[in-house]
Amino acid sequence: MKFSIQVSEGPYNHEASVTAINFIKAAVEAGHVIFRVFFYHDGVNNATRLAVPPQDDRNVVAQWSELAKENNLDMVVCIAAAQRRGIMDADEAKRQGLDADNLAEGFRISGLGQLIEAGIESDRLLVFGA
Amino acid sequence: MPTIKKFMYINRKAPYGTVYALESLEVVLIGAAFDQDVSLAFIGDGVYQLTKGQNTDGIGQKNFSPTYAALGDYEVTKIYVEKESLEERGLTLDDLQHLVWEDEDEDYAEKDSIRLVSRAELADILDEQDVVLSF
Repeated sequence: MKFSIQVSEGPYNHEASVTAINFIKAAVEAGHVIFRVFFYHDGVNNATRLAVPPQDDRNVVAQWSELAKENNLDMVVCIAAAQRRGIMDADEAKRQGLDADNLAEGFRISGLGQLIEAGIESDRLLVFGA
Repeated sequence: MPTIKKFMYINRKAPYGTVYALESLEVVLIGAAFDQDVSLAFIGDGVYQLTKGQNTDGIGQKNFSPTYAALGDYEVTKIYVEKESLEERGLTLDDLQHLVWEDEDEDYAEKDSIRLVSRAELADILDEQDVVLSF
């Protein structure tokens, strides 16, 4: 089955993001396809490479980046939600005249149309969090 | 023939206090460009999103409630409001904005967008959907 995933909460306030990671791992293992992972609301905070959790805690951002690399995932961060919360790739930071960018490896920034397209193209769209 | 799926956006939270209602509306407006079969449902505290006379002066946040009245222009014409959720909060349809859309096929006759449905009816409507996004 072809799944898409919406992640609506950040890496630490809620379990939702980690649950999504675990779901994706299990789905891929069972032979399913992940069409896209879309990060919305505070879910965009999963995409900051500046997160440095304590050493004895899990690094959820790094887990996402690793998951993307291992499974060639398309991980899209909503641009409108990201701009509100200060999640920027280099191009966007430049366009906004900002002196820093922070998008972690494996993520790309795009529009909400990517979420709707994921709903159209996938057999199931699952929302984690909110 | 492009794929047309039944998309339902479920709104469960009060309009202010969290950002979910505002960002849900942003998805609905963008999604309208995809020519899908779209409907909205308002349940729980989500019914407060449609109340009329909202005033956000005291919280320094934009009052985005007028946007709901524009949904008809985006061809979003099916807005389900759960009857029990209204009743549990002491609200009636009169407390909500009067949302309408213009039916091109009937000489642009103005029709009501809001459909009051029971919890059981909404469960059946949900069951018919292809894509359910909850906010």
